[in-house]
Amino acid sequence: MTARRLASNELPGDEEYVTATIEVTKLVKLYGPLRAVDGVDCEVRAGEVFSFLGPNGAGKTTTVEILEGLRPRTSGEVRVLGLDPWTQIDKLRTRIGVIPQDFHFFPKLTPREAIQLYARLFAVKADPDELLAQVELLDKADEYYDTLSGGQHQKLGVALALVNDPELCFLDEPTTGLDPRARRSLWGVIRRLRREGRTVFLTTHYLDEAQQLSDRLAIINHGTIIATGSPGEIISRFGRPERLRIVGEPALADRLTAQGLTVTREPHGFEVELGSKADALRILDSVAASGLRWEGFSTESDTLEDVFIQMVGRLEDGSLPTAAPPETRA
Amino acid sequence: MNLRRVGAYFPAFAKGYVRNPLGLFFALIFPVILILIFGAVFSNSGTSPVPLTVQNLDNNSPASVAFLQALNSTGAVSVSMAPPSAGNLSSYLSSHDLSAGLEIPAGFGADLVNHTPVRLLVFTNPSSGSEAGIVQGAVQGVANGENLHLAGGSALVTPVNLNVGSQVYSYIDYLVPGLIGFSVLVSPMFSMVNVSSTWKRDKLFRQLSLTPLTRAEWLTATILWYILLAFISTVLMLLIGRVLFGAHVTLTLLTLPFLVVGPILFVSIGLLAGTVSNTPESAAVLGNIITFPMMFLSGTFFPVSLFPSWLVPVAHVLPLYYVIDGLSNAMVFNNPSAVYPDLLVVLILAVIFFVVATRLFSWRER
Repeated sequence: MTARRLASNELPGDEEYVTATIEVTKLVKLYGPLRAVDGVDCEVRAGEVFSFLGPNGAGKTTTVEILEGLRPRTSGEVRVLGLDPWTQIDKLRTRIGVIPQDFHFFPKLTPREAIQLYARLFAVKADPDELLAQVELLDKADEYYDTLSGGQHQKLGVALALVNDPELCFLDEPTTGLDPRARRSLWGVIRRLRREGRTVFLTTHYLDEAQQLSDRLAIINHGTIIATGSPGEIISRFGRPERLRIVGEPALADRLTAQGLTVTREPHGFEVELGSKADALRILDSVAASGLRWEGFSTESDTLEDVFIQMVGRLEDGSLPTAAPPETRA
Repeated sequence: MNLRRVGAYFPAFAKGYVRNPLGLFFALIFPVILILIFGAVFSNSGTSPVPLTVQNLDNNSPASVAFLQALNSTGAVSVSMAPPSAGNLSSYLSSHDLSAGLEIPAGFGADLVNHTPVRLLVFTNPSSGSEAGIVQGAVQGVANGENLHLAGGSALVTPVNLNVGSQVYSYIDYLVPGLIGFSVLVSPMFSMVNVSSTWKRDKLFRQLSLTPLTRAEWLTATILWYILLAFISTVLMLLIGRVLFGAHVTLTLLTLPFLVVGPILFVSIGLLAGTVSNTPESAAVLGNIITFPMMFLSGTFFPVSLFPSWLVPVAHVLPLYYVIDGLSNAMVFNNPSAVYPDLLVVLILAVIFFVVATRLFSWRER
């Protein structure tokens, strides 16, 4: 799939020369008769936060574990930093950082000892204090892992993934099961990774998270990618148009409908679809000129979550064709 | 295999182990408790002299003192004195919870000089039959000698006491190698079954596979740790056995291979049991099914030679039997030619289980 270019994420130079950190072509993974991954194509560019979204069981983790070199693939081409993650894992391992889904560590080691262990295994110098400060875990540096909370576990996972100063970080559902404060704090860490110039491959089923953090994302369902692009692109391509929401008398809605606008009635007012910014001004003028009573307005646009729910829902009832090339379909 | 990484991982595994009190308890403290209990219970049986309380009513006449010295020097009894003023010896014995007593009557020395028959009263408790027999035999023997001497005769038939083998082996001598074997079995088995099954469940092997540490390096560090535990346990058992219970055991050179190959064997069996099980619970059950018969039937607490004959073949199919038999031959009997066959069996089993376990045990998913 040729990925769309994203203005907010352009790297210097011609956009055709943007470095691909991950290239996946026609990736298939079978578990017996189950097609867990069914012809995935995607591309992740250097320096971006790329999110992989999908409902549970869509094939997110299988795909990411294939990219991390944890699982072999059935067929298809995969290149991570130019290497085959299954056969060249020894070379790849030192250049990537991974927080697997439901990260666990040895219960009777402390975060400081964990980082020292990783540094020795990777044969790198790493300052535990600095790494733990980065993930806001310094105050727990000398507590046993089994006394830490879920959010602190995930933070240790991030710190461990960074010991070898990786170019590319895989974070597989890092915020699942965390309380909102811990999630926000981890978002800060992910933003920092991007600022440091690392590429981040994030899988999540929290759509607000993907919308907040990612430069680009792919939505996967039933092992197939159904949409790729920036959050804005996906919303504008697959979501409903922006709407003006007006709280006022029903007669106002009739008046606007008569002008040929698309109006949806709501409990305390109505929504009018906007074709352009100018539409909004014209509608408000018309409302003011009507002399009818109205109390206020706001603009409404779809979130990624709205789009996702609609897309996955339309897929289930068959009204939305998948975006995967036909030859890779079962 | 990168030894630097083995060295980097080893302390992490050791810390995890030492900080879990249960593992350390089974590896080091439990065998110590066992040797203290079994050593204390059984060290009093066998060759130690039976206490004999004597009431000398003959005013410590030279003849009575000489008789008591002769009795003491048999080694069968150890003589202690009850005061002549204590009155009836029988009631003295029962009030002091003593089971054997001897009363030397007044005029004993004078009667002997006059060749007047004299009666020694021997009190024993029929409920402790073997002690009663020892006391009666010892007193009878010394009295016979005295009779012969007074009759002016000399002994024509003299028994000379010899032991089977070059040395007397007591229970503690069997117990020390048995409990070293117990340690070599139990510390890797219990913890490896647990490690290989819970680490699989918690994806800790997956976590390690994200680092450059390899499976072989992990296994090497792990085995080294259990070898270290086996050495520590051996030193503890030797010290306690020798210092507290006077065991006749020595750390011969041929002891060492068992402390290396034994842990390799049982780490492999434990790893195999944990690997083939789907859950930590079923792994624990499987581990116990393997461990417990071996723990009791391999000559750990009692020498297999004391087993009923139908049970002996069972011991002979248990890997731990060859470890303990080898350790006994190396540490107690100092009999190298008997050690080699045991070592060979342990070595072959270790190779087989190691190969099978490492074939089946995988870090990466499929």
